[in-house]
Amino acid sequence: MKTRTLFGAALTGLGAHRPAHREDNHAIAARTSSSDAWIRERSGIVTRGIAAADESVVDMATAAGGKALASAGVDAADVGLVLMATCSMPGPLPGGSPEVAARLGATSAGASDIGAGCAGFAYALAFAADTVRTGTAEHVLVIGSEKLMPMVNPNDRGTAFLFGDGAGAAVVSRRDVDGIGPVVWAHDGDQHAKLTIHGTPPQLAMEGRAIYRWATTTLPDLARRACAEAGIDPTDLAAFVPHQANLRITESVVSSLGLPASVVVARDVVDSGNTSAASVPLALARLVELGQVRSGDAALLFGFGAGLTAAGQVVLVP
Amino acid sequence: MTLTQVDVLSGLAEVLDEVSGVPADKVVREAAFENDLEVDSLTMVEVVVACEERFGVLIPDEALENLRTVGDAVDFITAAGVSA
Repeated sequence: MKTRTLFGAALTGLGAHRPAHREDNHAIAARTSSSDAWIRERSGIVTRGIAAADESVVDMATAAGGKALASAGVDAADVGLVLMATCSMPGPLPGGSPEVAARLGATSAGASDIGAGCAGFAYALAFAADTVRTGTAEHVLVIGSEKLMPMVNPNDRGTAFLFGDGAGAAVVSRRDVDGIGPVVWAHDGDQHAKLTIHGTPPQLAMEGRAIYRWATTTLPDLARRACAEAGIDPTDLAAFVPHQANLRITESVVSSLGLPASVVVARDVVDSGNTSAASVPLALARLVELGQVRSGDAALLFGFGAGLTAAGQVVLVP
Repeated sequence: MTLTQVDVLSGLAEVLDEVSGVPADKVVREAAFENDLEVDSLTMVEVVVACEERFGVLIPDEALENLRTVGDAVDFITAAGVSA
């Protein structure tokens, strides 16, 4: 039987799409008997992007994916696979990735959606890296895109302020040297009911305290393992880019990891809210846009959420 | 290990200081976490996780709902410590 040669895989481009329409805390506070100060104190969130009525998961994914391909200098026709992590397509079928691939002109690519909630991008990135390493594809476009706001009860005091819409994308390409570390993943399926999207119309429900507890107690060890697998001490990272769920989870994990001030911590949740599978690529793209990380810097990405499930890996910034 | 109410109260005061900077003299049985000590629900999760480690007890989320005051927490942890 013929076997495949192993190649290196690395991030070669990033793209972000943030909806033009933004909503600050005041309107949400007014309809949930809350306050801007309470929302900031509880989550760190100041504002978030909200997709327009006619701006779909696929629209945002296509925009972010196109930017990622342009920044990588990769022709869509050379993409071998399009993976889109999302939990907010309007229905179970069809997945959004085939339409994204078609619109971008990725005519010879395979296309599949990945469902792993807020950890979806890290899972998709791991699958993409292995797809490139085995030679199945030379370039894989990985996208996280979410339009969550229609599924969030605008009057629910506990969740109305937490979420936002948007899309982020990355290109994984064949390289001589690997730039994507081994993935570390885990689940706590016993807590499957803690974060759900159910019903008609679909509505998001979560037990925030249980997820906060799980995230703050589980993530530090997983993050250390991802660093160990990549052969890097957490204190030597250039950046830490966790899923942007809530600033307080981020600060708690940063404190548990004992990250020094030299490690740039992504805090995009302040401006974007929790965008689920889109949050990690959006936050990484933001660090690049702001010049807070440079090409070749080591960044630890980590997703976690519904399932409950988590995944993360160290990457070199493209 | 048998935990006394006095031990738990002083340990809880140290935890509250570490997690949220609550002065020890405010940690009395009658003090309500949210209203008197400004410990909101997410900070309370951190307090509970720290107490679980410190006292070797399990405080499930369902029990958390009933821990309104310092006295509630001291009583729960003391009882859980006896049965542990």
